[in-house]
Amino acid sequence: MLIAAASTVVLAVALWLAVVNTPGWAAVQRSFFDPATLVASWPRVFAGFLLNIEVLLVAAVGVAILGTLVATVRTLRGPVFFPLRALATAYTDLFRGLPLIIVLYLVGFGIPGLQFTTTRVPAQVWGTIALILTYGAYVAEVLRAGIEAVHPSQMLAARALGLSRGRALRLVILPQAIRKVSPALMNDFISMQKDVGLISVLGAIDAVRAAQIQTAEAFNFTPYVLAGVLFVLLALPMIRLTDWYSARLRRREQTGAVL
Amino acid sequence: MSVVLRAEGLWKSFGAQTVLAGVDLEVDRGDVVALIGPSGSGKSTLLRCLNLLERVDDGRIRLGDEDITDPRVDADRIRARFGVVFQQFNLFPHRTVLDNITLALRTVQRIPRAEAERRGLDLLDRIGLAGRAHEHPDRLSGGQQQRTAIVRAIAGRPEVLLLDEITSALDPELVGEVLELVRELAATTTIVMATHELAFARDVATQVLFLDGGRIVEHGTPAQVLGDPREQRTRDFLRRFHQD
Repeated sequence: MLIAAASTVVLAVALWLAVVNTPGWAAVQRSFFDPATLVASWPRVFAGFLLNIEVLLVAAVGVAILGTLVATVRTLRGPVFFPLRALATAYTDLFRGLPLIIVLYLVGFGIPGLQFTTTRVPAQVWGTIALILTYGAYVAEVLRAGIEAVHPSQMLAARALGLSRGRALRLVILPQAIRKVSPALMNDFISMQKDVGLISVLGAIDAVRAAQIQTAEAFNFTPYVLAGVLFVLLALPMIRLTDWYSARLRRREQTGAVL
Repeated sequence: MSVVLRAEGLWKSFGAQTVLAGVDLEVDRGDVVALIGPSGSGKSTLLRCLNLLERVDDGRIRLGDEDITDPRVDADRIRARFGVVFQQFNLFPHRTVLDNITLALRTVQRIPRAEAERRGLDLLDRIGLAGRAHEHPDRLSGGQQQRTAIVRAIAGRPEVLLLDEITSALDPELVGEVLELVRELAATTTIVMATHELAFARDVATQVLFLDGGRIVEHGTPAQVLGDPREQRTRDFLRRFHQD
């Protein structure tokens, strides 16, 4: 414990001295870590950050619903369901392949271009839809893997009790599947937490966009650093929780428990 | 005696392999039918066809007055009229012991939660596990898990209870407690069981069917089939069995 602390401090000090003694440090410090700019940009950047959180929460719910639907459709058997299955497969293939930024442009500028509504839909709504489409595809695949990892005898036992396929899936298979893949799902959530910053490309005034505006006004990059710190602070609890949960799952598996 | 379950000319194949080749079966109320035979003789498949977990390729099955092989019947409704216990227990690991028992009562039979839980606790009390009702199944021994699975299967008061080699996955010292429970149930329940417990079958069964290669080779009372078999194949099976 002591040795670990001591070696961490030594390394930190060495790194600090190395950075501070570079020839350009004084200039970088002025343009990235300026306290006055920090204070001045805080209200706008923080207001933008609240928009990121709002988009994140709505998108997370949307992703959960879409991901579950698509995963369920992909596990349907029987020739009747072929068109649905094919559609679901095409969707996950397409949106796992497309870079999020392209989805954002296509949805954010393409759909409004169709002009099927006269009222102007705010950019963050299109951003949320693009996030749901992209992350829904990832989550659907993770959930499908989880569903397939639940032993078929569980479905058999549920059906033997008279549960319909849908009920068996919802009450017996999905809860076990989600438990099996929860570390992967949590990782997708962490990844989405930072990708909500990309909605700024559509013009939504989120933390990144607000930082960009403040930077242009102050000729100083400190607002970007501020926005970055806010995103990291948002992600940290989830990152720790994922580590803790994965370790717990691993321990339980090693002791031979079923879940 | 009234016939509860009647199967006529059941055929079932998986790909090129024929698993059931014209099986007939008649089960009266209160009967305990023991299906015996080597592994792969079709015992498990027959049980699964009876409650429509598998669809037969040909043949008819009547449960009570109803032809349940009619493609128009609602298979979920029919399955709820059977109880099934599997070799590997197949309890739901993410739910408590009590939830395992009440899940189908609440969702399929729409019995209010309080009533379903009272019934579940009563049943658990009968097998001495009421104190473990709120634990998860992986905390129980194999014998306790299998007895819970039996209770789950009878909680919905099925017309026929199907038991699929329910002691085969248990440690030998745990077999007794499970068979004891089946013996108790046999007094009031109609049972069709695939089993390797020949002594138990001889004691408790009202009919014994010897299956081999998807056909019923011999059918009769336990004393006759197990004590004085007519068919050579039955004799061979029993001899091999007693050598093991």
